[in-house]
Amino acid sequence: MNTAPVPASSHAAKIAWRLATVTSIVAETPHVRKLVLDVPGWPGHRPGQHVDVRLTAEDGYQAQRSYSIASASQDRLALTVERLDDGEVSPYLTDVLTVGDRVELRGPIGGYFVWDVAIGGPLFLVAGGSGIVPLMAMLRHRAAALETADVRARHNVPARLLYSSRRWDDVIYRSELARLAQDDETLEIAFTFTRETPEGWTGFQRRIDRMMLAEVAWPPGERPHIFVCGPTPMVEAAATALVELQHDPALVKTERFGPTGGSA
Amino acid sequence: MTEPFVSRAFRGRRQTVPTAGRLPPGQYETRDFPVLSAGPTPRTSVAAWDFTVGGPAVPLARWTWDEFQALPHETVTTDIHCVTKWSKLDTVWEGISIDTLLAEAAARGVESAPYVLAVCDGGYTTNLPLADVTRGKAWVAVSYNGAPLAPEHGGPARLLVPHLYFWKSAKWVRQLRLMERDKPGFWESFGYHNYGDPWREQRYSGDP
Amino acid sequence: MNGNDKYASERQSIDESAGEATRLDGNAAAGILSEVFVPDLTTARATCANCGTIRPLGALFVYAHGMGMVMRCPSCDAVVLRIARTRTRLWFDLTGARVVFMATEALAVA
Repeated sequence: MNTAPVPASSHAAKIAWRLATVTSIVAETPHVRKLVLDVPGWPGHRPGQHVDVRLTAEDGYQAQRSYSIASASQDRLALTVERLDDGEVSPYLTDVLTVGDRVELRGPIGGYFVWDVAIGGPLFLVAGGSGIVPLMAMLRHRAAALETADVRARHNVPARLLYSSRRWDDVIYRSELARLAQDDETLEIAFTFTRETPEGWTGFQRRIDRMMLAEVAWPPGERPHIFVCGPTPMVEAAATALVELQHDPALVKTERFGPTGGSA
Repeated sequence: MTEPFVSRAFRGRRQTVPTAGRLPPGQYETRDFPVLSAGPTPRTSVAAWDFTVGGPAVPLARWTWDEFQALPHETVTTDIHCVTKWSKLDTVWEGISIDTLLAEAAARGVESAPYVLAVCDGGYTTNLPLADVTRGKAWVAVSYNGAPLAPEHGGPARLLVPHLYFWKSAKWVRQLRLMERDKPGFWESFGYHNYGDPWREQRYSGDP
Repeated sequence: MNGNDKYASERQSIDESAGEATRLDGNAAAGILSEVFVPDLTTARATCANCGTIRPLGALFVYAHGMGMVMRCPSCDAVVLRIARTRTRLWFDLTGARVVFMATEALAVA
């Protein structure tokens, strides 16, 4: 399998629908599953890209949704799916799919909401709920790319993540984020909780707002590359606040997930 | 030709037992009321709102919100069918029959014409033959399920033409323009059928 | 960039029940655009024919209507691009984009 990251925009071929096989399913949180997929001929992807998943019923009825790729470019294709109770596709992916099942998908898609170390830093990531998924792909890629790099290289692309969740149990990639931050002083992570805070929590406990962003983000003069992802209302509030804080709008990239914060 | 892939055990959101006979071909019944939006929700206050009926020449018949609400209302219980394949049965609306509006307009000297173009806040348009908005087939609806029509569902007022695909029931309608020539609206000029009869499954342009 | 760099959004906090709560970004259109256009159009820049603001297509507001995708200018809400899929056709209406341009390295073959 080709493991080198390939810029998707340089592909000459159209992105075709393919059949992927589920090789493992892992519970990340009570409502979130990681699906690891084997995709023959997968061309690789850039952090931040997504795939379209298409389900077809016996009578031909189809439903299609987009899911951000969670894995870094060098790894196997993994999607992280949040189960939405009233969703049409997500409950199938989280509850019905089993190892060995096949699922139709196409990708990688999207060259706009992508980041890799070649783009440079500082990198400021703002995540709401399952919006963490494409941003995690960026952090995983960053960690892998800088693994053998020297301290100076790391300091050239420092990263900060502001991650909003309802409660501690809903934080996806909890232990992995802790480990990444622990191993790398150039990565800082701030959490905020909107419904319940963990015992003894002294950090943020409210929705992401302008004041919080002013505290956590780099000053606009540093010209950080900013990526905001999550439910549409949260993304709009954060993006508006960042521009009000004088960040260059051209450096603020958003990926709205729609009203419920995840593809249904 | 290869067999299309079928996802094991996938059914989707459809109801398991379609209500026999009431669903046009290719439709599925839903209990929700999906909000499909082609743009931001217009927020015209009733104070700023007016409704007009007319042709290219004056006069135009015009009603303020209060004048509009003073017209006789009808309660309509009907099935609605969206071209995206969902149908909702027994929806209850309240509104003013377009027959009433056209009669009022005629009394004010507005000349009739064979086609209508509905023009809405936000720029949406849809076209219909006059014959499809008369004789009790169409209303301007101001309430849904007993409550004033919410903005995301087309409030303060929307067109209601249930015998055609629901894209013809234009949200945020402000004007019925009477036209000598048929003028395809937003979707009719962009791949969708000019008339849109769900019972003949006239979804896309070129469908018989 | 034609003096359009500071296109500060005029969005207030949006009503979560309204159409705006469901809108997406231009990258949501990347999949369907890829069915017809080989280079990734979401990184191409479009000039809004209504207000002249220049933005990457990925930064437009996408209203994924169900009947089609309507891509609107975040500055003035005008329709920049429309995409519709019917039974046998894909329709693209680019009349709301005065120009679309992209860097030639985005067109390079792998």
